[in-house]
Amino acid sequence: MKENTEKGNTVLVNIDGREVAATVGSSLLDAALAAGIHIPHICHDPRLTPTGACRLCLVEIEGERGFQTSCTRTVAQGMKVRTQTEGVRASRKNTLELLLSEHCVDCLTCDKDGDCLLQDYSYEYQADKARFPNVAPAAGEPNYTTESFALEYDPSKCVRCQKCVRYCQEVQMAEAITMANRGGSIEVSTGIGISLNESSCELCGGCVNVCPTSALYDKQAKGLGRSKDLKKVRTTCTYCGVGCQMDFNVNPKTNRIVRVTSEVGCIPNNGSLCVKGKYAFDFVHSPERLTTPLIKENGEFREATWDEALALVGKRMTEIRDQHGPDAIAFLSSSRCTNEENYLMQKLARTAGRTNNIDQCATTCHGPSVAGLGESLGSGAMTNAIVEIEDVQTLFLIGANPTEAHPIVGLAMKKALRKGAKLVVCDPRDTWMAKRADIHIKHKPGTDNMLINAMMGYIIEKNLHDPKFVEERCENYPAFLENLKGYTIEKAAEECGVPAHLIREAAEMYAKGTPSSIFYTLGITEHSCGTNNVRNLANLAMLTGQIGKRSSGINPLRGQNNVQGACDMGAMHMALSGYQKVTDPAVRAKFEAAWGVTLPTNVGGRVTDFMEHAGEGKLKAFYCFGEDPIRSEPNSTKLAEDMAKIDFLVSQEIFMTETAKLADVILPATCFAEKDGTFANTERRIQRVRKAVDAPGQARPDWQIISQVATAMGYPMSYNDPGEIYDEMAALSPNFAGINYERIDKVGIQWPCPTKEHPGTPFLHAGRFTRGLGLFQAIPHTPPVEVPDAEYPMILSTGRTLFNYNIANMTRKTAAIEHKQPENFVEVHRDDAAAIGIKNGDMVKVETRRGSLVVKAHVARKVRPGMIWMAFHHEESNTNLLTNDAFDTTTRTGEYKACSARISKP
Amino acid sequence: MTEVSKGHAGEPHVHRGEGCGCLAADLAKAEEILAELSPVDSGDLIPLLQRLQDAYGYLPADVLAEVSERTGIPLSRMYGVITFYTQFSTTPRGRHTIRCCTGTACHVRGAKDVAEALLHEVDVEVGGTTADGRFTFENVACLGTCFLAPVVMVDDEYFGQLTPAKARAIVKNYS
Ligand code: SF4
Ligand code: SF4
Ligand code: SF4
Ligand code: FES
Ligand code: FES
Repeated sequence: MKENTEKGNTVLVNIDGREVAATVGSSLLDAALAAGIHIPHICHDPRLTPTGACRLCLVEIEGERGFQTSCTRTVAQGMKVRTQTEGVRASRKNTLELLLSEHCVDCLTCDKDGDCLLQDYSYEYQADKARFPNVAPAAGEPNYTTESFALEYDPSKCVRCQKCVRYCQEVQMAEAITMANRGGSIEVSTGIGISLNESSCELCGGCVNVCPTSALYDKQAKGLGRSKDLKKVRTTCTYCGVGCQMDFNVNPKTNRIVRVTSEVGCIPNNGSLCVKGKYAFDFVHSPERLTTPLIKENGEFREATWDEALALVGKRMTEIRDQHGPDAIAFLSSSRCTNEENYLMQKLARTAGRTNNIDQCATTCHGPSVAGLGESLGSGAMTNAIVEIEDVQTLFLIGANPTEAHPIVGLAMKKALRKGAKLVVCDPRDTWMAKRADIHIKHKPGTDNMLINAMMGYIIEKNLHDPKFVEERCENYPAFLENLKGYTIEKAAEECGVPAHLIREAAEMYAKGTPSSIFYTLGITEHSCGTNNVRNLANLAMLTGQIGKRSSGINPLRGQNNVQGACDMGAMHMALSGYQKVTDPAVRAKFEAAWGVTLPTNVGGRVTDFMEHAGEGKLKAFYCFGEDPIRSEPNSTKLAEDMAKIDFLVSQEIFMTETAKLADVILPATCFAEKDGTFANTERRIQRVRKAVDAPGQARPDWQIISQVATAMGYPMSYNDPGEIYDEMAALSPNFAGINYERIDKVGIQWPCPTKEHPGTPFLHAGRFTRGLGLFQAIPHTPPVEVPDAEYPMILSTGRTLFNYNIANMTRKTAAIEHKQPENFVEVHRDDAAAIGIKNGDMVKVETRRGSLVVKAHVARKVRPGMIWMAFHHEESNTNLLTNDAFDTTTRTGEYKACSARISKP
Repeated sequence: MTEVSKGHAGEPHVHRGEGCGCLAADLAKAEEILAELSPVDSGDLIPLLQRLQDAYGYLPADVLAEVSERTGIPLSRMYGVITFYTQFSTTPRGRHTIRCCTGTACHVRGAKDVAEALLHEVDVEVGGTTADGRFTFENVACLGTCFLAPVVMVDDEYFGQLTPAKARAIVKNYS
């Protein structure tokens, strides 16, 4: 593995008469390329171990005989290299001619025309394709990709550079493909030639992205435009919070996205994508998109003009506001949409709406992080940068499944593992990471605080804590210490259902493994004790001083593409943009002056409050933007009943969702591929979103719609473009003041960034917590609201998988994804399956106090005995019919991770 | 991986872990070998495959999948090795292997007629195994004994200067 950690050391190499400074340990080829010296190379990729397979990067090194492959040679001080001698050029030409003899040279009908290394080099060296007799393998024979909807392998175009295989093995670590056979019949294949979908393939498309020719290509893109006809538009992925940079390859003639690629070297994903970023864009061009405003009359939707729809929304919303007051009206913003739109949405609520009833789905996921970390440390965001992950010594994962939910963070962790990091995973399931962990604590759902308290007690007992850090940087330690007394390792082992020695070893590994870093997601937050879980993880980090450094801290991996941004922008009841408290007089004065209104004084609530108030008949008007609470909130049946009681419901959407069906007015919006703006990813990096294609029908960008609604409600709002909105927000928010579109044109910046000169903040809390002193808190263990009993003896936990995204109305439009994960399922331990007489693949009935579903059983040992696990991607089998509408006591986040259930033969 | 699979071109069923219900009792042999070689890692792949092949006569897909699951050695890595070395086979092999030379020297001396006679005699296709499990028939490039052309090998034994009749007679001696 070429993973050099030395930094800053350089050597001087002479290449073609030029002195070139190169980093110690780098390859000659990389050094030359970095210096702008062109050497042809087909099998090289800076992310992969060099193999010297293609022999095109040959050079002459003074004092050595023959030619050397520059990709496999490490630079050395004083090396004298020549890259363009007659000898190497002749050899490269000969190599190319041999490659062409094994290649079906078919540029006229090839999708890669214009972006093919073989084509480029053949032209450059004027290689003669007829010099050797052509022995290319036949195209069209069935192979491992024949049944795939994602990609297609054509051996007649393969130059056997092995990049695809190495990517799959070394970077993705999926080990799905290999080079099979020998000699002239070498080709890419899965193990035993099974189809791609049945292999361990994760559909990341990395093999396609690295292929230098068209041998591996995106199947759905075939024939939709040659590479040279496609225009690349750089944008930010719309799915998870990693915020991968990707390029839409657009055919301008057809206004269609043909495929997605990503560039090696981009931040934060270095050219890698997951299945969602790579393939889940078919929804953009779906015929199911909403294309015209709709108004409901006599229970039926009819098409309407924008003027009509906007006038109706303006009239009814103002009427209800004036008649029933600020608590009869509420706005739900969208963490799927841009910063600019979220800023406008909360501005709409607080100006035209005159209410603090504004929220977004962070309540559903990381509300407890924002609240808990905000309280303990002063900032609710991920403390470290994604690029720092590869240098973490001990990865501590709790309630997080990064290889599925945050796949590119998963890749960074895989890289850390390759570099020798230790891994502790606390998770009730055997996730990818858990299977490779040094210590896997497979604890019962809902026993996290028991576990963490016991670990902390042990750390103190063994003197593995950092008293200096505790003393100088934190407060309230005595109360915290007092609380730990009741939590012995033995008691925790019993409650959590795991061996005591594992808890001890995990505590030691975390405390000693500097730099250690905590990563968690919804396995921590989606509990009735979610905020307490978060506070306690902050305790753990402070106790050991594992925070406030590079590669060390506490990292909530944010779920949605812009849930960080939606919080940042103040789409929540208690804060304006930049977490400025809505009750702070100075803040109020500043915003009132800028917006020309008196800010509302009602306390406001969260989405779960809105729904409760709807049920009680107190909430009369609800403006729902880019969210489908009926599918995403727990206990869907009750929720739909509550929502039906709302007098006036507006849905601003791209698809007809379950919630939209209940609406009085539907406003058709544009998706991320059709508008400009910014998203903030999980590491607080503000990145550009760019328009790639035109919106369908009359759909309008959300920022325009919101401005027009505000205007219709009597608060005139108008902007020329999203950049203008961003600048208004930045001027009011110190955290973001230094950022503008120009500065983030190439690479996003991590806030806080208070001035135009400030480089941004890769990690938080260096030297001092944002809060000042870190706040220790005494956290008790409290069980889930529903615990197993005789009637419902099992624990149901839910989550998302790699292939689909949340309610999946976007991802499921992609054939390759639907093919891979066509239906809902439940993971059952094989002992529990045996007890009711079901096998893997059988249908099973899952029941809770709220509903029941019949789904396919995945029987294995992945979950703990006594536990079942389900995803919530499939509309026709809505898992949230089962989940419990019990809530976190601080943030009212639903308890999706633990409720009581039973299974039976249907 | 959880679903039950069928390969693209009628490939063998690949076992997908517990509850799959596909495995014959045959796994015992693999288990024994794994226990003996334990702990197994990727470095032991070739000896492991050799042992499995000796035990089963070939490398059944289901057994490989199970071994992959237990050792963590990816199926793809095994397959790369298996297809690289001619000694390994993923289809059942006959008790004896007929290797018929198709090199230039043998070709000009009538290897084709010899091969056809043999194929007919034992009733098999090139690359296949006879229904009674007696022979696997393979064509090979040059066996390196061109002076004996046309040449056929049965197991480790060479037979040279063959005619169709002689070849038919030779294979009759194997059961
Ligand atoms: S798509 Fe990804 S996981 Fe699948 S074979 Fe290609 S590189 Fe491997
Ligand atoms: S498919 Fe592409 S990447 Fe893979 S070996 Fe062939 S040419 Fe190289
Ligand atoms: S990891 Fe997240 S941001 Fe990156 S491509 Fe996948 S879904 Fe998109
Ligand atoms: S790039 Fe060096 S051998 Fe292929
Ligand atoms: S050609 Fe048959 S042995 Fe050489």
